[in-house]
Amino acid sequence: MRYLPLTADDRAGMLDVIGAASIDDLFVDVPKAAQRAGLVDLPLLAGEMEVERELSALAAANRTAGSGPFFCGAGAYRHHVPASVDHIIQRSEFLTSYTPYQPEIAQGTLQCLFEFQTQVAALTGLDVANASMYDGSTATAEAVMMAHRVTRRKKAVLSGGLHPHYRETTQTLAHVAGVDLTCLAAAVDAEAAVIDAIDADTACVVVQTPNVFGTATDVTAIAQAAHAAGALLIVVTTEAISYGLLKSPGEMGADIAVAEGQSIGNALNFGGPYVGLFAAREKLVRQMPGRLCGETVDADGRRGFVLTLSTREQHIRRDKATSNICTNSGLCALAFTIHMSLLGETGLRRLAAINHQRARELKTALAAVPGVEILTPRFFNEFAIRLPKNAHAVVGELARRNIIAGVPFARLDPKAGLDDVLLVCATETTLPQDIAAFAQQLSEVLA
Amino acid sequence: MTLNTVGRPTRMEEGVSAASEYLHPTLTGARGLLQDEPLIFELGGWEKTGVDLPDCDASQSDDLGDLVRTARIGLPGLSEPETLRHYVRLSQKNHAIDLALYPLGSCTMKHNPRLNEKMARLPGFADIHPLQPESTVQGALSLMDRLAHWLKTLTGMPAVALSPKAGAHGELCGLLAIRAAHEAKGDARKTVLVPMSAHGTNPATAAFVGYQVVEIAQTDDGRVDLADLEAKLHDDVAAVMVTNPNTCGLFERDIIEIARLTHAVGAYFYCDGANFNAIVGRVRPGDLGVDAMHINLHKTFSTPHGGGGPGAGPVVLSAALAPFAPTPWIVSTGEGGFDLIEEAKADAAQTFGRMCAFHGQMGMFVRAYAYMRSHGADGLRQVAHDAVLNANYIKASLKDLMTQPFPDGPCMHEALFDDAWLDGTGVTTLDFAKAMIDEGFHPMTMYFPLVVHGAMLIEPTETESRAELDRFITAVRALATAAKAGDAERFKAAPFHAPLRRLDETQAARKPRLRWTPQAA
Repeated sequence: MRYLPLTADDRAGMLDVIGAASIDDLFVDVPKAAQRAGLVDLPLLAGEMEVERELSALAAANRTAGSGPFFCGAGAYRHHVPASVDHIIQRSEFLTSYTPYQPEIAQGTLQCLFEFQTQVAALTGLDVANASMYDGSTATAEAVMMAHRVTRRKKAVLSGGLHPHYRETTQTLAHVAGVDLTCLAAAVDAEAAVIDAIDADTACVVVQTPNVFGTATDVTAIAQAAHAAGALLIVVTTEAISYGLLKSPGEMGADIAVAEGQSIGNALNFGGPYVGLFAAREKLVRQMPGRLCGETVDADGRRGFVLTLSTREQHIRRDKATSNICTNSGLCALAFTIHMSLLGETGLRRLAAINHQRARELKTALAAVPGVEILTPRFFNEFAIRLPKNAHAVVGELARRNIIAGVPFARLDPKAGLDDVLLVCATETTLPQDIAAFAQQLSEVLA
Repeated sequence: MTLNTVGRPTRMEEGVSAASEYLHPTLTGARGLLQDEPLIFELGGWEKTGVDLPDCDASQSDDLGDLVRTARIGLPGLSEPETLRHYVRLSQKNHAIDLALYPLGSCTMKHNPRLNEKMARLPGFADIHPLQPESTVQGALSLMDRLAHWLKTLTGMPAVALSPKAGAHGELCGLLAIRAAHEAKGDARKTVLVPMSAHGTNPATAAFVGYQVVEIAQTDDGRVDLADLEAKLHDDVAAVMVTNPNTCGLFERDIIEIARLTHAVGAYFYCDGANFNAIVGRVRPGDLGVDAMHINLHKTFSTPHGGGGPGAGPVVLSAALAPFAPTPWIVSTGEGGFDLIEEAKADAAQTFGRMCAFHGQMGMFVRAYAYMRSHGADGLRQVAHDAVLNANYIKASLKDLMTQPFPDGPCMHEALFDDAWLDGTGVTTLDFAKAMIDEGFHPMTMYFPLVVHGAMLIEPTETESRAELDRFITAVRALATAAKAGDAERFKAAPFHAPLRRLDETQAARKPRLRWTPQAA
């Protein structure tokens, strides 16, 4: 087996050193009844060529986003990632290192995490950010748990503009943590209903902008209402590129900002691995979940970085920890950091503006299709449309015409009664001819 | 000396020898090929970018009105060559499995095959969206189905939830299924039993799910104390969580009895599968009476750790827990096709809900499946055998110099020593670990498991050659001999030869600086 260096001679010689007659002697503590004499019923070892052949065939059975018109967003976005990003994250020293438990020989990872935390804090307009979460949805659920700890209140208000998967992920944790969720009805302008739902028991308000329908909202008034009631405002963003064009959560009064960071540095990957961003006001730092990287000095006074404030974490505090998270999303965070360093503020702002422009071009083209109603008034790079037919059926028909037309809202939330709503997205990767083909084929399907 | 809550020193003692005595200082601060690399915020141009994008008409954003971000964000940029240099220089300050043995016990740092990286980057896996029509992603669903089949077959369990994103997320998934199963019976139990030697994630997860954690005592030979378990098991216990092989590197000999006792009071048996590497292909957890077990794909199935993630933590479930599995999951349509079940309805009515957006860590699924497929049933069994052989070889080669906390006997995939042998030397486990860095090795896991004083937990994995093991053994023996000979200075101030010398963790925690700021610069 090509990954196993020991030879038969090595094994025999090592058993001698150990003083064991056979490998079975090393498994004496395992109950005989539980040991299998033979092999499990699975294929035997395979060479690189065979494995590559099988996996390539599976990969070829998927319609890639880059091979034709493609308009899916709704929490995962197709962007161009510079080639150097993937090259750097495949370096052995980044790819094959562990969590930086020995900082003297992990400064590469640690300094990158410090850069990541600084970039995320800047993007969200908040004071401190952690070293990443699994993804945006779990970051949202953890933010609600954190607000519950900070305020010692039991109620959380979730805007109807929150991505339904994020809502469901939060519901799963809230159910066992004893947090009562008020989940407001899904609507393009769902934020308008949030303030009325805040009361003296509210620990936090969760608002997504741009929301799942694409609506970009100034949440300043919601922040003021939440703070007046002693609640925290959690602002969720699924499209991190939007930070380059829209006011930051911090500027609008958020206490915690969480986001899906996939858009920067990471491929679609059929939903994972992604990278959750988590930022907060400084005074909340000791209630944050996840790892934090901090600056210090070494014995010679040189600047260096370590994992810090670990007394919040499970390996020290066990059942009193702020979260059970251990492994996070380090390599995806590194990809984010490198892509962000390449873009810089100048590149990010331009990239965001291009995304917005493409989406406006898409809107113009789709608005001209008979029967299509544009639902989202102000958006970044995605918006909702109402079709005269069931959106799922239309998407299926367009897929047969090699157009991946977007995400039927009912796929995310079948119970909302919005079966005719389609979520569409355009990014810098969207070509004018893709938009034209989409509009043309949609006209035919709706005719 | 400043100690943290588990007795680990967090800063160096005063008055130990300084590096300047050891090194010839250079004029620039650089040390040969090792560059002193500033932060990006000290390097980058505020106007600079390394990405060429088409021009864009700014007036196109007028429709956003006062939503437009006008204040400076504060993000420097670099050209591509500068970016490469910055991050490649930083990379050279990391240890990595590709450089040398990385014996972190319980972490399973094994070789990461590059075929797996290549496969995960095929556009057919990397460039597909989780919400595309299912008809356009049949290859991806098929791969997930094949992965599920391998995981179920290797564990002897009837069901698997793929979506959990790491080991601790898998624990959460398992305990949520257990809680849902009890709730379905109208049985609101409040306690979870966890051995003292467990990973911190076990009690943290149980508490997160709303359970009170009660610790189970350990026997003098490093295993679950059956009498104590039996005394604490009653009808309020929802689950028993046991790591097997356990964190002392030992197989729980009474595992079948633990499962039987657990089931006798109506509780479920959760197994932390972090150490599945030791038994894969030889022992099926389903044959031991396990109800739920997470599998760290980034340990046993070798998806890269990436400096702290991403991981993936699929959970295999018994027939009793399978109905409560999280959404989504894959079903066969019967014509070679696959559907995703994404919501609680009909057959999925008892699901406890969703763990995360979308369907899990697809990129990790591809790598893990390529790894399993490469090894096959025979290669995976050999993985367990070689992992156990390598650990026992290290133990046999060091046990005359270092002390073991439990009576000598075969270990599984990792060898555990304590610090009794360092008594009187003035050297701590931490000092010893830091001196290992100078000798070119990443230290073993230290101060874990918590039940062993000054623990040193060594896991070589199966991907080390005998020559590399011998190199490691020679280095550790030389250090142990030096410590016993009274050469404490070598240890107290180590490391001398790392990119940085010992870091002051106390200062980092006392005055946290968690981001770069212009004022601080």
